[in-house]
Amino acid sequence: MPGLLSIDLLLAAIAAWLAIGLAGLLTPRNVHFVGRILFPLGAAVALAAGLAALAFLGSPAEVAVLAIGLPGLPFHLRLDNLAAVFVLLLGFAAAGISVFAAGYFRRGEGAAPGLMGLQYHCFLAAMLLVLLADDAYAFMVAWEGMALASFFLVVTDHRHAEIRSAGYLYLLIAHVGAIAILLCFGVMAAASGDWSFAGMRAQVLSPFWSSAAFLLALAGFGAKAGLLPLHVWLPEAHPAAPSPVSALMSGVMLKTAIYGLLRVCFDLLGEPLWWWGVAAMAAGLASALHGVLYSTVQSDMKRLLAYSSIENIGLIVVALGLALIFQAYGMSGLAALALTALFYHCLAHAGFKSLLFLGTGAVLHATRERSLGRLGGLIHRMPWVAWLALVGIIASAGLPPLSGFVSEWLLLQGFLFTPGLPHSWLNMVVPVAAAIVALVAALAGFAMVKFYGIIFLGQMREEALKEARDAGPWQRAGLAWLAGLTLALGVLPTFVISLIDPATRQLLGTGLAERVREHGWWLLAPISPDRASYAPLLFLVMIAVAVLLGRQLVHRLYHGRVRRAGAWDCGYPFQGPRAQDTAEGFSQPIRRIFAPVFRMERHFPAAGDAQPRYSVRIEDRFWHWLYLPLARAAEGLSWLAVRLQGGRIAAYLLYSFLTLIVLLLVARP
Amino acid sequence: MIAAPLSLQLINLFAAVILLLAFAMLAQRRVLALVNLFALQGLALCLSTLVVAATSGQAHLYGSAALTLALKVVLLPWILHRLVRKLQVKADVEGLVNIPATMLIGVALVIVAFNVALPISQMASTIGRGTLGIALASVMLAFLMMIIRTKAIPQVIGFLAMENGLFLAATSATYGMPMVVELGIALDVLVGVIILGVFFFQIRDQFDSLDIRHLEKLKER
Repeated sequence: MPGLLSIDLLLAAIAAWLAIGLAGLLTPRNVHFVGRILFPLGAAVALAAGLAALAFLGSPAEVAVLAIGLPGLPFHLRLDNLAAVFVLLLGFAAAGISVFAAGYFRRGEGAAPGLMGLQYHCFLAAMLLVLLADDAYAFMVAWEGMALASFFLVVTDHRHAEIRSAGYLYLLIAHVGAIAILLCFGVMAAASGDWSFAGMRAQVLSPFWSSAAFLLALAGFGAKAGLLPLHVWLPEAHPAAPSPVSALMSGVMLKTAIYGLLRVCFDLLGEPLWWWGVAAMAAGLASALHGVLYSTVQSDMKRLLAYSSIENIGLIVVALGLALIFQAYGMSGLAALALTALFYHCLAHAGFKSLLFLGTGAVLHATRERSLGRLGGLIHRMPWVAWLALVGIIASAGLPPLSGFVSEWLLLQGFLFTPGLPHSWLNMVVPVAAAIVALVAALAGFAMVKFYGIIFLGQMREEALKEARDAGPWQRAGLAWLAGLTLALGVLPTFVISLIDPATRQLLGTGLAERVREHGWWLLAPISPDRASYAPLLFLVMIAVAVLLGRQLVHRLYHGRVRRAGAWDCGYPFQGPRAQDTAEGFSQPIRRIFAPVFRMERHFPAAGDAQPRYSVRIEDRFWHWLYLPLARAAEGLSWLAVRLQGGRIAAYLLYSFLTLIVLLLVARP
Repeated sequence: MIAAPLSLQLINLFAAVILLLAFAMLAQRRVLALVNLFALQGLALCLSTLVVAATSGQAHLYGSAALTLALKVVLLPWILHRLVRKLQVKADVEGLVNIPATMLIGVALVIVAFNVALPISQMASTIGRGTLGIALASVMLAFLMMIIRTKAIPQVIGFLAMENGLFLAATSATYGMPMVVELGIALDVLVGVIILGVFFFQIRDQFDSLDIRHLEKLKER
């Protein structure tokens, strides 16, 4: 179709989002107009952008030049297959989140919806522009626009001090990351002075400088993605933000950082070195393990999900490291396997984590409660949210037949080939990483069981929960869309792999699609069916059959003899909500086993207490290892500066006088 | 030994007078006497400029000399006299360093200034290049005066004396700055003194004193 390129459609989507955002300013307090008209419109635009990317996948790259920017350096834009995969992710996830957000606003609650709508749609537009940017300048402008828009969204509820400080932390780390990214682009553009990505692609850097660029990119994009040790903003910012924003940040924004890493590592830098992969894998493993361990012990549902996001990003970066290692040794077929796992996990995580964050939003709206210790039994009051969240839980726990299983399975398949690496240390050490990945997956299951069980199952822990109402139709629609995507990603892996194949092919020159397609659409066998294969539909059918059959059997055999009694009522007379396992109690075994990892402050009740209380507070060790020492050092330095600034005019004059004399003495010819 | 021409001797004489006056200002604690010393320094500067103008034939230096006379000998001392009378400042209290020690520091500064100025004056081709060291020394002495004085008016006089030293440096090294620059500086100095005069009243109203050590309280925390 000449004349109307996909990239034009996407630019139109950016313009439409900006227009929608500005339209919200006309009547910023009108919940009906902003919620019921503008947000659904934004969702339609997002869906259109996703479909445009879907239609584009597999086509040759398209370029455009916008007449804005610096003199002599207009915005270069380019849509290629790598970007298209992430545009697809952005469009489809944002469509569901926007539909949910349409039902999220209530009259007279929180900030003006119109203002939030502007920030929200600017955020979307900036993310799309990040994916399309084809020169460092446009990229940085879009990247910082994205950070600023999301910062304002995080501090929507800025009347609370802790939300302001969470926003500050987020902005701080976002800027540290942006500086690293800018330096990375600077290193790549230094030789030619050309800031366009095409110019960076064309030049060959020495190993030292390309390694420097890689490490800067890992640090910079890692700060945005939540890699250790720059992850601390995630558990603070996600609970602070409104739920659709948390969903968008966790589901989509973190992936733009992954996109940036891929763009730099595979597209701009050329041939990777093997130790880059090891570095990425180490950072990813550390993040995954740290994230999952902390997510198991959280008592705030959004913090739990935030730590789980760190874990998932860690797994994605592990896949990146694996792909880099394979590619460095010229094993591009296996690199394609790892990269497919990476893309798959990005898509899967965008689906299920958005779904879960929106689920917490619905629970939060219904109960005004974020602490797991005061929830429980909500499946009776909020069946829609509970059942749809269950889809996200299963996917997040990495169980078949949903999306999380496929990506983690692909990743582990990739690891099974690492003993064949032509490097004597790597082929022994890297398989150990596979064991850690498996441990992470298992612990993620634990965290998800805790999340779901404490919120939705059991008895209600507070009287007020009886008043909870299920989500409205808009919210249900948003949740159902994301749950449907998660299910589709889980059941139709061969289709999805064919979709992301052009992107792996663009980066590595080879893909998985042919090998996957030759066994039929229902069987996924990435290398060969003899080694390993997975038929998701079979699993789905078997699970469905087993459940239905079991239910029928129970009804047949026990028909008419159903007896209702308290669960596990083993002669214990006090069956109240307080007798249930608490969030803290549930994770106690993990806390015990991994005790050295956590920094705990516990308060035990004494023997004769009339009102015994038990409390445990768990802090991220990185605060004490890295951030507090840094903060203290900065404070010490600024105290030195304060002492310079004594306020005495004579002292100030003396400083300039001494400077003058020293300069005169030094600068003698 | 060949005697230097009269003009050069005159230039050196006036420069020496300027340096002497700078030391005198450093030692003088009575404010009115300080203003008079400043006016005298301006006069010496004016005369020295006139001699340089006459010897080198640089016509614009006459203008500079006239400007110096009008501003630094007449107008500024007059304004300062009025200020001192209105504010009723008599003597400065002993500063951070006592006067003998100040003089010793001043001597050290003169040695530094002469050493520093030596290579620069060797590069210059002007008639008064030998006085560059003196000019630099008087800048430094004025600066030192600003540092050690605790009352506001002596500080301003130090600031003005520093400008005198700069002017001397400009005349001795390059036959003066372009007229535009000189006019600009003259206007700056005038406006600066007027603004500082307003500030003096504000400071006195605020703290009942012109001691600038009170300004330390303005610091945060």
